[in-house]
Amino acid sequence: MKRQAILATAFAFAATAAFAEIAPTAVTFAEDGSIAESLTGVPGNAEEGAKVASTRPLGNCVACHVVSALTADFQGDIGPELNGAADRWTEAQLRGIVVDAKHTFEGTMMPGMYKTGPFIRPGDAYTGKAAPAELPPILTAQQVEDVVAFLLTLKE
Amino acid sequence: MMQRMSRTTFAAAAALMLGFGPAVAGPAEDELVVNDEITITTVAPAAAHLEGHLDTVYSGWLFRTEDSRAMQKDDFENPMFIYVERGLEAWDMADGSEGKSCADCHGSIEEGMKGVRAKMPKVNAGGALWSMEDYINSCRTERMGAEAWKWNSGEMKDMTSAISLQSRGMPVDVAIDGPAAEFWQRGKDMYYTRYGQLELSCANCHEDNYGNNIRADHLSQGQTNGFPLYRLKDGAAVSIHQRFVGCVRDSRAETFAAGSQEFRELELYVASRGLGLQIEGVAVRP
Ligand code: HEC
Ligand code: HEC
Repeated sequence: MKRQAILATAFAFAATAAFAEIAPTAVTFAEDGSIAESLTGVPGNAEEGAKVASTRPLGNCVACHVVSALTADFQGDIGPELNGAADRWTEAQLRGIVVDAKHTFEGTMMPGMYKTGPFIRPGDAYTGKAAPAELPPILTAQQVEDVVAFLLTLKE
Repeated sequence: MMQRMSRTTFAAAAALMLGFGPAVAGPAEDELVVNDEITITTVAPAAAHLEGHLDTVYSGWLFRTEDSRAMQKDDFENPMFIYVERGLEAWDMADGSEGKSCADCHGSIEEGMKGVRAKMPKVNAGGALWSMEDYINSCRTERMGAEAWKWNSGEMKDMTSAISLQSRGMPVDVAIDGPAAEFWQRGKDMYYTRYGQLELSCANCHEDNYGNNIRADHLSQGQTNGFPLYRLKDGAAVSIHQRFVGCVRDSRAETFAAGSQEFRELELYVASRGLGLQIEGVAVRP
């Protein structure tokens, strides 16, 4: 908790120092798939993250995971339950999993939330039409940070 | 209804009604006997070509709730019979510049179309892979001098429904060797390709996760032996290619068109994953 507070201040500091947002194509993963550095330098908002995790066109994490802290109905069971995720993973690892879990779990079904390609026949959201040339990632950099902040509250 | 119940009450009620939730895993234990007389095989050992992928194949019917399963057990409850009735009428009706009906060339639908659905899609005399819709349109344009029907039009679904019913209870019987082999292989490649921004393949949902829940959806093996089928959610009949379009779109991908070469090849491969099951034409889904 204390360490987090210090971290948060450090990030807030970085933010005031005109932190440049890291683009999806510029993200660097460590060997284990983790990402140490915040994508935005602005501390994540766990409440916003909870919304992103429950909302269909956004993270919709509950499509595949049970998260008991969320009230969203029909939580899926494709992936493991996320209860206690913060006991199992560090912040850097969670960031890596949300950005593109394929670096952590080879071949996983979990979609990359902050990824712009390469994809096979990318679509324009759920329209079935071809994606625009500049395909935005599913989540913004700040939404990723918000989800990570939310995941860090999941302790057992 | 939704507004009057609290969200949790609704969720709990819905979970009870529809059997959702992590507690439900795998296919139901139920037997499909239609009109108390036609028993249809909904579980079978997987075909040899699925070795290492699936041991057992299950009809999508087994993954649905008791309510929608019941609708398919009784033709009077099955909304697809509205389509079937219209298709049977169209079968006998002359159309086009030649003044001919389907019956003029094929005789009664019961005899002329028996077993046809079970073999679709198949390679035609010219070496092209055709779905049932292609055969129907070829008869209309070449032999009747009538206009082609659009793939997902009401007229087309009426006719494919009436024809499919003539194979009800017959085993899926698609050919995957000889001239069909190259089409089948391309369909297989598609099945395992991870399309779209979500990078999902058919196999991700229907091979690796059947029996699991993706949000409110209880995943089946994505078999096609029940098509064309009635989707209560859409309040309409759905063709095989229409279902494929929906699944590819849900992967945040650019879909292929209904009737495209790609989807005919995929249709052949997916049909072959159902070898061992029997044709249900015409099924009901939520
Ligand atoms: C389409 C399915 C899907 C979606 C959507 C999804 N995940 Fe996952 N997730 C998985 C699967 C499957 C795994 C297991 C990894 C593996 O072995 O493939 C996983 C693993 C994880 C893990 C590691 C869990 C553990 O303790 O081992 C975390 C954390 C996680 N996901 C978070 C999220 C978050 C946050 C979101 C939304 C922003 C999300 N997931 C959306 C499928 C999904
Ligand atoms: C994101 C998950 C997902 C992917 C990827 C996916 N589907 Fe589906 N599919 C579903 C859901 C959900 C349903 C409805 C419930 C069920 O039957 O599984 C469904 C239903 C079907 C059905 C109807 C089965 C029945 O008996 O009613 C078929 C056929 C099908 N899918 C084929 C495919 C094919 C072929 C692909 C690949 C092009 C594919 N699906 C990719 C989620 C998916």
